[in-house]
Amino acid sequence: METVLKIVIGILGVVAVWQAIRVFEISAKIKGSDTDQDVNDKDNKTQGFLLALFVVGLIGSFFWMVSAYAPMELPKSASVHGEDIDNLWDISMGLIIIVFLITQPLLFGFGYWFRGKKGRKAVFLEHDNKLEFIWTVVPALVLAVLIIYGLTTWSEVMNPSKDGEEPMVVEIYSKQFGWTARYAGADNTLGYANVQKIEGANVLGVDSTDKFSADDVVVTELHLPVGKPVLLKFRSQDVIHSAYLPHFRVQMNCVPGTPTHFQFVPSVTTADMRLDEHVITKTNNINEIRKAKGDDPYEFDYLLLCNKICGSAHYNMQLKVVVETQEEYDNWMKDQRAFATLTK
Amino acid sequence: MAAEDSHEDGHHHHEETFISKYVFSLDHKMISKQFLVTGMIMGIIGVSMSLLFRLQLAWPEKEWPIFEALLGKWGVDGVMSPEMYLALVTIHGTIMVFFVLTAGLSGTFSNLLIPLQIGARDMASGFINMLSYWFFFASSVVMIMSLFVESGPASAGWTIYPPLSALPQAMPGSGMGMTLWLVSMSLFIVSSLLGALNYIVTVLNLRTKGMSMTRLPLTIWAFFVTAILGVLSFPVLFSAALLLIFDRSFGTSFYLSDIMVSGELLSNAGGSPILFQHLFWFLGHPEVYIILLPALGITSEVISTNARKPIFGYRAMVGSILAIAFLSFIVWGHHMFITGMNPFLGSVFTFTTLLIAIPSAVKAFNYITTLWKGNLRLTPAMLFSIGLVSTFITGGLTGLILGDSALDINVHDTYFVVAHFHIVMGLSAIFGMFAGVYHWFPKMYGRRMFKGLGYAHFWLTFVCAYGVFFPMHFMGMAGLPRRYYTNTSFPMFDDLADINVLISVFAIVGGIAQLIFLFNFFYSAVRGQKSTRNPWRSNTMEWTTPVEHIHGNWPGEIPEVHRWAYDYSKPGADDDFISQIEPLKEGEVETGH
Ligand code: HEM
Ligand SMILES: [Cu+2]
Ligand SMILES: [Cu+2]
Repeated sequence: METVLKIVIGILGVVAVWQAIRVFEISAKIKGSDTDQDVNDKDNKTQGFLLALFVVGLIGSFFWMVSAYAPMELPKSASVHGEDIDNLWDISMGLIIIVFLITQPLLFGFGYWFRGKKGRKAVFLEHDNKLEFIWTVVPALVLAVLIIYGLTTWSEVMNPSKDGEEPMVVEIYSKQFGWTARYAGADNTLGYANVQKIEGANVLGVDSTDKFSADDVVVTELHLPVGKPVLLKFRSQDVIHSAYLPHFRVQMNCVPGTPTHFQFVPSVTTADMRLDEHVITKTNNINEIRKAKGDDPYEFDYLLLCNKICGSAHYNMQLKVVVETQEEYDNWMKDQRAFATLTK
Repeated sequence: MAAEDSHEDGHHHHEETFISKYVFSLDHKMISKQFLVTGMIMGIIGVSMSLLFRLQLAWPEKEWPIFEALLGKWGVDGVMSPEMYLALVTIHGTIMVFFVLTAGLSGTFSNLLIPLQIGARDMASGFINMLSYWFFFASSVVMIMSLFVESGPASAGWTIYPPLSALPQAMPGSGMGMTLWLVSMSLFIVSSLLGALNYIVTVLNLRTKGMSMTRLPLTIWAFFVTAILGVLSFPVLFSAALLLIFDRSFGTSFYLSDIMVSGELLSNAGGSPILFQHLFWFLGHPEVYIILLPALGITSEVISTNARKPIFGYRAMVGSILAIAFLSFIVWGHHMFITGMNPFLGSVFTFTTLLIAIPSAVKAFNYITTLWKGNLRLTPAMLFSIGLVSTFITGGLTGLILGDSALDINVHDTYFVVAHFHIVMGLSAIFGMFAGVYHWFPKMYGRRMFKGLGYAHFWLTFVCAYGVFFPMHFMGMAGLPRRYYTNTSFPMFDDLADINVLISVFAIVGGIAQLIFLFNFFYSAVRGQKSTRNPWRSNTMEWTTPVEHIHGNWPGEIPEVHRWAYDYSKPGADDDFISQIEPLKEGEVETGH
């Protein structure tokens, strides 16, 4: 029914346009001049006014969106390096918003101010070396700052200092369509693994003859102790996936045949994050929407999502991440079975 | 010049059959129209696909009978399958990027304007030009055919990263659909190369007397540099595709290593999927400038003509085109920051990427300054050009975020990226293309389009375009990945439902608004008001040719060029424009040189 209605509306729309054209055509014939598709002062006035109106609307809706959509955004960073990234983000964003707010009104404002009038003459200005010098050098200087700041942050994130605490090693393993985590165990070294060794319960293809593999722990939920560096090593079984942990400002591709890694320090436990004001608001909003739909209420959790197209269920490839105190972590780990006992 | 001798006056009385005039035409003006109409048809298909998946994204729980009607077994009971969603996204991206904005845009306007604006009888080789179109046509046909294969069209995204695209076991679209995609793109690359070589040779060799490189209109500079980019980068895409074909069909392991897929252990070892990405983006990044530069060239011309002012900083504009083109070859790694590449390499790519902002800023400021103290004639083409400058700025600015490797960790592959590239490349280029059509329609069809419909089309398109893509930034900042069939699997995205609806409503209205354009275009082509020879009172040479198309463009001798293309409102002149073929007056100083 609805579709029929839509189709009818569509047809009516086309008919209306066609009729409008007929009217247009007939009135054009009456006037009969060969310049009536030329733009006249009246057109310039209307269009100039619309340009001015548009930029007011654009800037207005920009601010509206910033405030209306703020509660949806990700909460504060849950990792140490993430705070640096967020600072860099805020500064870069602030900068581009300023440029946006200056250039757009200029562009449309000029469109309005200098709308054509019969008899007026444009100024003949073909170039001005001083102006051009200014807007080459000023962006270059601003960019120099952004580049230096960006690259320092990048290199700090990608090359964490080696003299701190030794990171805990965890493997994140991806395949169509799910994630598995493997802890390195007491020796903090992962046993050798390769897809060729996949068999039965040994879904990760861990080599049971490798001495490092016996104490490995294979789980389907990622638990991390707060404040401790963790080195995630990524492996993929079939196609490229990407481990995206938005709350931690972490993302790395999982590439079959090519190991990758990312090291970071989780800084806020799941429990603490649930008490964060922004998270509370967001969760409440979500639960209101869920209630209206008749869904179960939701509780905030960190997540690892797949962020590289990997096949039909790419949209639903998730791994729960729990950040907790060392004690809670140890308790949880106690209940997990080591790899050696799994294959026995 | 051989072309000149054989095309003397009266040559157009030469007997021509329907086939040689409209089908296998060697005339650049006809080939240009062929590119335009084919591009428009592909555009209709590509945009319709985006409307289908926008329906799915905004109302994931709803059943749409139209899905069942159009998608058959992929839309049973009005529910789109995830496989079909990915297929639609993939083909939408491929069609928009390559078929509409590469072939449709360059093919139309390089063909139309290069000979007309440099004062040539035709392209250097009419035959190669014809081949270029027909390879493009064949490529389009194969791409459309691929929509109908049993296992579905290619679905690995327009970037077709292996192993996903290499293994039919990984997704149904990587079977026959992917094979046809590769065949189609190979034909496309041939078409592109033939076209580009022709453009380069024509610009270099067939300029009329007096048309020095520094007197070329900026449109020609843009088309010329675009063609060079194409010649240097498309072969690399071809090699990437070729190796992929080998991996798919002949058991090689260029991109494959250590894989078990659907329970099957593959014997491939030693390859690297990342190699593909390097090869792909070595084309892929220049490709976005192959799309953008012609649009910027068109805009330069349209803005200057309609502001009745010289383009501000002609030399800086040429310089920034060249700088952008050069830099575009050394930034491809910004698409690969999080593939695990060496962080130092990432730093280098961040550096080169952010450098592009400088020539881009110069261009934006020069456009704005060109408007300053002009006498703006706000034609639909002019409005679309102003729209282009607006989206070029908005989208370019978010490039500063994405080009910064540290920040890209946050938003890589999210809707923030979808917002960025649609605005800076998709919208800007589409607006440039519309501007070009409105501006040169009288040249192509000898008639005028209706300005009222043009205005309606512009405002609906412009408002909806911002309405569709601006809110996507916020979805990306909420962490929403792209290429998700639905975001209902994650409660953390439930609060995005309203934005999704808003975006889709804008998309549908914007999509329907294109009917106004289609109507205006086809109706005016047949029944529009007859145009005069130089309806915009423009300086460039195409407006010195007769309204009726003739072979060889100018009856009699090709006029000689005496000045640059931007003598608008020059002090001391009788009129507010002076055609390029007008000799300097006694004591007049040449400008722009
Ligand atoms: C009505 C206009 C359009 C709408 C509503 C639209 C919408 C979308 C959306 C929502 C996506 C992301 C889908 C996803 O990641 O799951 C997408 C992808 C894409 N679109 Fe558009 N789009 C439009 C026009 C264009 C134009 C003009 C271009 C030209 C550059 C374009 C090029 C692309 C590309 C390259 C992709 C990426 C495809 C991929 O991920 O493989 N689109 N489009
Ligand atoms: Cu995935
Ligand atoms: Cu790029």
